[in-house]
Amino acid sequence: MSTTKQTYSGNQGLVLEEALIFEIGVVSKCGVDMEAIPDTGSMLGDCAAEQAVDLPGLSEPEAMRHYVRLSQKNHSIDAGLYPLGSCTMKHNPRLNEKMARLPGFGDIHPLQPQSSVQGALQLMDTLAHWLKTLTGMPAVALSPKAGAHGELCGMMAIRAAIEAKGELETRKRVLVPESAHGTNPATAALLGFKVDGIPADADGRVDLQAFKAKLNENGGQDVAAIMLTNPNTCGLFERDIIEIADALHEVGGYFYCDGANFNAIVGRVRPGDLGVDAMHINLHKTFSTPHGGGGPGSGPTVLSDRLAAFAPLPFVVDDGDGFKLIEDASQTDQPSFGRMVAFHGQMGMFVRALSYMMSHGSDGLRQVAEDAVLNANYVLASLKDLMSAPFNGPCMHEALFDDGFLKGTGIDTLDFAKAMIDEGYHPMTMYFPLVVHGAMLIEPTETESKATLDLFIGTMCDLVAGAKSGDLARFKQAPELAPRRRLDETLAARNPVLRWRQPEPDAQVTGQAAE
Amino acid sequence: MSKKFTKDHEWISLDGDIATVGITAYAQEQLGDVVFVEVPEAGRQVSQGDDAAVVESVKAASEVYAPLSGEVVEGNGALEANPELVNQSPDEDGWFFKMTLSDAGQLDELMDEAAYQAFVKELG
Amino acid sequence: MRYLPLTQTDRQDMLATIGAASVDDLFVDVPHAAHRAENVDLPRHQSEMQVERQLAAMANKNTSASQVPFFCGAGAYKHHVPATVDHIIQRSEFLTSYTPYQPEITQGTLQYLFEFQTQVSELTGMPVANASMYDGSTAAAEAVLMAHRVTRKTRAVLSGRLHPHYTAVIENLSEMGGFHVAQTPLQFDDLGNDDVLAMIDDDTSCVVIQNPDFFGNVSDFSALAAKVQEKGCLLIAVVPEVLSLGLLKRPGDMGADIVVGEGQSLGNGLNFGGPYVGLFAAREKHIRQMPGRLCGETVDADGKRGFVLTLSTREQHIRRDKATSNICTNSGLCSLAFTAHMTLLGGQGLRHLSKLNHARAVQLVEALTSVDGVSLINRAFFNEFAIRLPRPANEVVEALADKGVLGGVPASRLLPHGHVDDVLIVAATEVTTDEDIVAYQQALQEVLS
Repeated sequence: MSTTKQTYSGNQGLVLEEALIFEIGVVSKCGVDMEAIPDTGSMLGDCAAEQAVDLPGLSEPEAMRHYVRLSQKNHSIDAGLYPLGSCTMKHNPRLNEKMARLPGFGDIHPLQPQSSVQGALQLMDTLAHWLKTLTGMPAVALSPKAGAHGELCGMMAIRAAIEAKGELETRKRVLVPESAHGTNPATAALLGFKVDGIPADADGRVDLQAFKAKLNENGGQDVAAIMLTNPNTCGLFERDIIEIADALHEVGGYFYCDGANFNAIVGRVRPGDLGVDAMHINLHKTFSTPHGGGGPGSGPTVLSDRLAAFAPLPFVVDDGDGFKLIEDASQTDQPSFGRMVAFHGQMGMFVRALSYMMSHGSDGLRQVAEDAVLNANYVLASLKDLMSAPFNGPCMHEALFDDGFLKGTGIDTLDFAKAMIDEGYHPMTMYFPLVVHGAMLIEPTETESKATLDLFIGTMCDLVAGAKSGDLARFKQAPELAPRRRLDETLAARNPVLRWRQPEPDAQVTGQAAE
Repeated sequence: MSKKFTKDHEWISLDGDIATVGITAYAQEQLGDVVFVEVPEAGRQVSQGDDAAVVESVKAASEVYAPLSGEVVEGNGALEANPELVNQSPDEDGWFFKMTLSDAGQLDELMDEAAYQAFVKELG
Repeated sequence: MRYLPLTQTDRQDMLATIGAASVDDLFVDVPHAAHRAENVDLPRHQSEMQVERQLAAMANKNTSASQVPFFCGAGAYKHHVPATVDHIIQRSEFLTSYTPYQPEITQGTLQYLFEFQTQVSELTGMPVANASMYDGSTAAAEAVLMAHRVTRKTRAVLSGRLHPHYTAVIENLSEMGGFHVAQTPLQFDDLGNDDVLAMIDDDTSCVVIQNPDFFGNVSDFSALAAKVQEKGCLLIAVVPEVLSLGLLKRPGDMGADIVVGEGQSLGNGLNFGGPYVGLFAAREKHIRQMPGRLCGETVDADGKRGFVLTLSTREQHIRRDKATSNICTNSGLCSLAFTAHMTLLGGQGLRHLSKLNHARAVQLVEALTSVDGVSLINRAFFNEFAIRLPRPANEVVEALADKGVLGGVPASRLLPHGHVDDVLIVAATEVTTDEDIVAYQQALQEVLS
């Protein structure tokens, strides 16, 4: 049991309980004042509903309080270190938010005349220029809505290129390392490709010999692509990447690079120099657009010469007579693979990302990569003797540990992570990548100060000492100081309750009091 | 007859013409709390090694393969409402499906209890 | 550089701890050929003021919806977003939080997702809804793939009056995934008479209709849904304008098996097409075939109510190549904007807002059809309708723009081969004023005379 003081209200000082809107609102209450409805006839035909939808409303002060109280139950990058490996939780500049809210960007319609949105098309064109220059790639598709959608874009372009060569029936195999993000195999499968795993070597990288063996199983003629994350999900640069790309190209395959970890190399290494054919860029990772509790993201996808012609609709061209948006196949000679989404992509994220890039500039972005890598290596160097690092040598932007140091303590990675919560930290990524046991993947990013990292390292050392000294309660009971203690995920999955329902009149309300 | 085992941690027990298939105590332990089970419907033809059922915990999903070729005669409907039976009674009430065998000779390819225990021990 | 906290001294101290002479030593694994000693060829860093100046210059070249009488719709709508909503979504704890993978310290996000799911479920009349998709178009494509999984069939039949971008997205993803799509010919009659039924064959898993459709027509599709289901298919209903649900019969009540929609109209600005928020709702028996995240209720170790992401074994991070979708990041913050706006409105407020939209559209129809040569196509509509013009609509729209009126979306922009050159799609909402309507009528009169 938690040892915190029990209170009548259920609140704990500034930690305030908050009921669901369905328990505090009423259907007739409204927090928006509107003008009276003009007296016109109805033109709704046979489709008019008899009554209002049964959803509660709140007045403005009640609504504000509801959401502010909810917000206080969240950890955030603005409040503290958020070292989720592979997620690049960096500072989100507020200039970006201000720029995205300029009426000329935030309040324009995707289908108003193109003559009235020349500045918006210019912004897209400018963003494209920055992304192409930073990656050393000739083309970029802006419309993908998130990282996984960008993967889909890249793989669709690859599929279109294979189809154009008449090899669609034969090239069905996509090589995916075991350490890959789950989105990679999921994306390949969505397009009808067969996923073939490649093992990692003892260094945490793609096993070159195993890759070549897999590649050449049928002379390579059945391989469509490789989907390789670089730097990879162990936080390591794939040393053999150029050799992998060359071997793949030789047999007619394409190189999809998962760009989730571009932050480690931005401004220093161009994927175009590594033989990449397609790579998505998470604007919400490398280019600081906010994660927003799970989106919206944005996943522009750069394409090589071999794939550029297949880029999806729409795209912006500058024909000297202003910017034009090519929206339909009939407006271009290119064999575009078509449309992935309504309208033109995540404009709001384009503005934010460009605002960030222009702020940093070419020099600042290079410094971003260097500081991100420096911070991760500082964490790795400071903790590798206490915790267990599965791979030798420097890492890139994230430091990977396994659970070897917890062996015999009775504490596992999950317990360790939950104890970090009581110390005021959001835990690192756990149990990913799958290639090491009980993985803990720590990505500090470049926007953390040395003082923040020192306190974090000190905390981790103390936790390790606690684990090794057998202080089980500190881990098994954790978290005790968060807005909620460990939640019963088994109950949630066995009996899914996915929406609120009016309680049965005779049922006693259990659990927390509303206020 | 005594049970036979696969390397994918399924057990099979033959009673007359009908074989009952489940997952081992070791397998349910590795999965943790089982939250969902999907069993095959009667009449489905399966070949040895085919996906036959699905078992899920909160953080993992596993296919249950047909240990032998044949026809499914019954899926364990009780698992739909009570997936925890797989944890509570993996060897008995938590069985997944019953099937007839098209080639009883395939049984000989499987491990007996002692061999399976040795196999599990090696996995650490 | 203002976003980077490390000082030169820090960097030197940290390198010493690491045992590296310079930061270059940390990049040793990069192949020599790919090393770049110089900065890439882009401008150097700039102050906040300098960046603001340049971006504002670009923004100022655009005509924003609030500057002029504005009537564009076709899947994206200009509505008033309460100031409170924009404040809420800019709260640090919402804006700069990640996907709620650690539920103990993300109950804020999880609870609003649970509230969002309940609102979407109630609005659509469906038992369950997920925590959002990218937008309406990708939600529609995912719905088709889900119908294939549920029915183990491979072909979808689309209404000819589906938003053409949605059609393109569905076709593209389906064909690349090895599935088939058929579409009824374009016609303007009401949905009940749509000839989707005739196109259903043994391989067909679903029929996709839109209400209001691309031209703004609304109708009760209950009879159609029943007939579709008699043939063993699922009915997928697409709702492009979520505000219509404040006044129209709910798709779930009309028998839809899956309802998808675009939620932009609640809480979200136009943003030139994104980010928006895709709605996805389904029947309980199909939960395990749904794409995307689901938030569910549970209790914590002290027995207090709390929320977690659940049924995750459907998703890519666990199921990998057998996942129901490859989606990971969705539209978290846009769903917060949606749910906050919906909470401010409440059921009665939503109905009032929807009525206001409809009334403005009715007034606009009266004004525009009083112009010689202009006729209304629709028999029934919500806040959007289509008119026939005596001249090509794209020319008329450009001429109107020259007069300071953004008068709608020419159907031919999205259907260049649809023989709809004379059709203009026009929307009115609560932001439309009497003066806007008069200005539009006068401008149209001048352009057409």
